[in-house]
Amino acid sequence: MSRKGISDKVAVIGMGCTRFAEHWDKSVDDLLVDAAYEAFADAGIEPADIEAAWLGTMISGYAGITLSGPLKTQFIPVTRVENMCATGSEAFRNACYAVASGAYDIVLAIGVEKLKDSGFSGLNSPKPPNDGTAPNFSAPASFSFLAPAYFEKYGLSTEQGREVLSRIAWKNHYNGSLNPKAQYRNEVPMEKISKSPMVAAPLGIMDCSGVADGAAAAIIVRTEDAHKYRKDPMYVKALSIAAGPGDGRLRQDFDFTSIKENVVSSQAAYREAGIKDPRKEISMAEVHDCFTPTELVIYEDLGFSERGQGWKDVLNGVFELGGELPVNPDGGLKSFGHPIGASGLRMLYEMYLQFQGRAGKRQLDNPKIGLTHNLGGTPMQCVSFVSIVGKELS
Amino acid sequence: MKGIISYGAYIPYNRLQRKKIGEFFGKSTYSGEKAVAGYDEDSVSMGVEAALDCLRGTDSKEIDAVYFATTSAPYKEKGSISTIAAALHLKENVRGIEAASSLRSGTSAILAANELEQTLVIASDCRTGAPTGQNEQWFGDGAASFLIGQGPEVIVNVIDAVSVQGELVSEWRSQTDSFTQNWEERLGSTVFLKQVKEVVTPFLEKNNCTADAINKVIISGPGTRAHTQAASAIGFQKNQIQDPLFDLVGATGNAHAPMMLVSALEEAKPGDQLLVVAFAEGLDVMLLEVTEAISRLAKRKGVQGYLTVKNDQTSYSDYLKWRNLLETEPPRRPETERPSAPALYRGYHQNLSFTGSKCRNCGTPQFPKQRICTQCQVKDEMDDYRFVGQSAKVMTYTLDHLAASPAPPMIVAVVDFDKGGRIICEVTDCHPKEIEIGMNVEMTFRRLYEAGGISNYFWKARPIRQKESV
Repeated sequence: MSRKGISDKVAVIGMGCTRFAEHWDKSVDDLLVDAAYEAFADAGIEPADIEAAWLGTMISGYAGITLSGPLKTQFIPVTRVENMCATGSEAFRNACYAVASGAYDIVLAIGVEKLKDSGFSGLNSPKPPNDGTAPNFSAPASFSFLAPAYFEKYGLSTEQGREVLSRIAWKNHYNGSLNPKAQYRNEVPMEKISKSPMVAAPLGIMDCSGVADGAAAAIIVRTEDAHKYRKDPMYVKALSIAAGPGDGRLRQDFDFTSIKENVVSSQAAYREAGIKDPRKEISMAEVHDCFTPTELVIYEDLGFSERGQGWKDVLNGVFELGGELPVNPDGGLKSFGHPIGASGLRMLYEMYLQFQGRAGKRQLDNPKIGLTHNLGGTPMQCVSFVSIVGKELS
Repeated sequence: MKGIISYGAYIPYNRLQRKKIGEFFGKSTYSGEKAVAGYDEDSVSMGVEAALDCLRGTDSKEIDAVYFATTSAPYKEKGSISTIAAALHLKENVRGIEAASSLRSGTSAILAANELEQTLVIASDCRTGAPTGQNEQWFGDGAASFLIGQGPEVIVNVIDAVSVQGELVSEWRSQTDSFTQNWEERLGSTVFLKQVKEVVTPFLEKNNCTADAINKVIISGPGTRAHTQAASAIGFQKNQIQDPLFDLVGATGNAHAPMMLVSALEEAKPGDQLLVVAFAEGLDVMLLEVTEAISRLAKRKGVQGYLTVKNDQTSYSDYLKWRNLLETEPPRRPETERPSAPALYRGYHQNLSFTGSKCRNCGTPQFPKQRICTQCQVKDEMDDYRFVGQSAKVMTYTLDHLAASPAPPMIVAVVDFDKGGRIICEVTDCHPKEIEIGMNVEMTFRRLYEAGGISNYFWKARPIRQKESV
C-alpha cells in the first residue's frame, strides 16, 4: 500500500486508442503501431523521443520485444507487465513511477490484447500445469456468485435484482452508442438485456462485457515538463493496487457482496489524492464492469454508494451521463469489450478526452477529477487497481 | 469365526427407464429401470462411496487389507487400491489387491478375507452393453462394500463357504472388446443349474441345513430367470428368493450378489440364516447367520437408502453421451488438458482424502491446505483436517452454461461447512431448478474427468435430500 504516493508529480501529455473491435484484419503488431503512433502525434513528439516503455499484455506476447519489434524502438528498455485484467493499468503505474523517480524524462505506457485469434469466445487464459481439481468454471460464473448473494443480503426480489443489473448494462450501452471507438455503438433496450440467453445464471449474455481486440497508449512526463508539450495535460493524483490473499476461496466471512481488494485499493488512492468524499469530489469514473453485478458491488466498494444502497442509486440514475457521478461515460467494458492489456489505458484515455473537452456527444460538463478502476481475477481473489487523475494541479 | 462387521452400498442417482431405450430403437424392452453411473462416476468412485457408507461409525485406520473387485477398472495398467486407500483415509501400510475380470470376484473377495484381520471388501461395476442389445437393458451400475473380520461386532457369521471352478465361456469381454459378448443363453443357464445342484445341496447337507431353514437365498446367476429355476431346483419357495433388483438397478456385474446381500441384511433379524450363491465360471457359496449385533449397527444409506433417491428421468441420449457411445460436437472451449502428474502426486493426500488444514493458533479450517493461515496469518502452524462426512450448506451458486461440461449447465457452489471452512466446487446429482442458497449438501467422491488416459478423482458436493439423510 502506497504511503507517500506521487500526487501531481507526473502528467500525461499524449494518448492514443484504437477502436476496440473484432479486428480480423489487424495483428497485435498493427494494433500496437496504431495506438503508439496516435499517442506520439497527440503529444507532438517523435518515436525516438521515448526513453523507456512498459507494455501490458496478458496473453498476446511475451517480453519487451513484443513492442520493440513492431515499433523498431532503438534498444531502449521495454518491460512487459502482466496483472490479469489490471494489466494495462499496471503498465501505466510502472511507467509513472519510473518518471517520478527521475530515471527517465519521457516514457510510453501501452497495452494490447488480441482475444479474437483464439477461436473461442470469451477469455481463455493458459494455466500453469496443475492437478486439475479446481472446477473449470467460466469468468461470468465466478462473478455471477455476486448477484444472488447481494439480492439475498439486501432483500431484493429476483425481478428487482434483474432490473438493477439490466439498468447498468443499459446505461453502459447508451454511453457506448455515443462513442466512435466502442465495439458496440448501439443502444440496447432494457427488455432485450433482461431476456438475454443465460450464460451463468442469473447472468445472461447481455450482463457480460464484450470480447474485442484493441490497444491504447499514454506518453508520460514529469509535471514540470508537461507544459513544454501541451497546455492541457492530465495530472496523476494517485495510483494504487491491492493484491488479495484469496479470502473468498477460504473464509466464510467473505459474503460475495463486497470485494475487499476494491475497498483497500480505493481507500489508498483517496488518501494519496486527498479525497474525503469520493461521491462529491469525483467528477467521473471508469470502473471494471466485466459483468453487471461487478459494477454494482464496485459502487459500494469504492464509496460511491452506501452499503446496500448501490442498487437504489442505479435505479435513480446516479451513475448515468446526466447523473450525480457518471460511471463509464465511454461505454465501459460492456460497449468496448475487454482486450485485457488495453482496457486500463482505454479508461484513462476517456478521462483524458473528457478533461480536454474532446469527448463529443458524451462530453461531461467541465469534469475536474476522474477515477479509473480495474479488477483482475475473480471476486474470491483478485488484484484491484485504482487511479485518480485530474484536469488541474491541486 | 469370520463374519461381516459392517456393510454399505451405492447406487448412482441417475436411472434410465428401459422403455426409453425401446422408444429410441422402436422395439420392445424389459420393464423397469436401470441405475446408470453419471458422467463423473466409475467403478472406483462408486466403490469409494459404498465403502464410505460401510465405514460409518468405524475407524478406517483399523483396516488391515482392502480388496477391490471389479470388471470395469479405470486402467488396464495402474492399480486403483492406492486411490481407494487415500480416498478412504486408510492407514498407509494397508494391504490391497484387485480382484478383476470374474463376475463373481465380489464374493470371492469376501471368501479370501483373513478372519484374523479387518478386511474391507469393495465390489463395484460399471459395465456397458452394446446399444440395441439385451445387455444394454440388462446391465446396471452399482457397488457394495463389507467390512470382514471377527469379534463381538460381527453382524453376520460366515458359517461355511465353498467355491468350485467350472470353466465355461458364456459371458466374456476381451482386452480389446468394448462390450460384453454372450454365448446362447441356454448354455450358461443349463451349466449354472447343473453346478448349483451338484454343489449347493451337498453343501447344505454337510451343514445339517435344509432349504426351509434358510430365510433368504441370494442367487446371482446368468440371465433373467436362471436364479428362480435354481432356487426351485434346490427346494426354495418363491418368497425365500432375494429380489435380484433387476427392475430397479439392473445386473451390476460382480457387485450383483454383494448388493443383493446388503439388501437382505437390511431386512434381516438376529438368528436369520442366509445362503449366497454367485455364479461365473463356477460358484461361490456361503452360508451366513445373522447375529444380535445387527441391531446395534449404525444407520446407513445402503441399497434401500440409495434406491429412494433418484432421477428417473435420465434421457437415453445423455446415457449415450456419458458412456462415450455418441460422438458429439466438442464444447467450443479449449480441450481439458491432462493433469500434471507431479501436481497430482503432491496433492494425493489432500485431494483424494479431502483433507485440508486447521490453524492451531486460531482454529480456522481451510481447504486446500495452507501454510500461512487465511485468518491470522501465522506460518506453518497447521494440523491436517478432514472435511469428509461434515455437513455443509450452499452459500451462493451459479449455473454455468459456458463451462465445458458433459451435463450442462455446470452447477458451481460456494459451500460452507457447518464446523468452519469453505470450498468452491461443482454440485453433482442435482437439477438446476433444485439448487438454492442454504441447501444442505455433502461431499461425494467423483471422477472429475479423464484426459490423456488419466482419471482425475476429486470431490463434489451433492444435495442431502430428506429421504436419504442418515
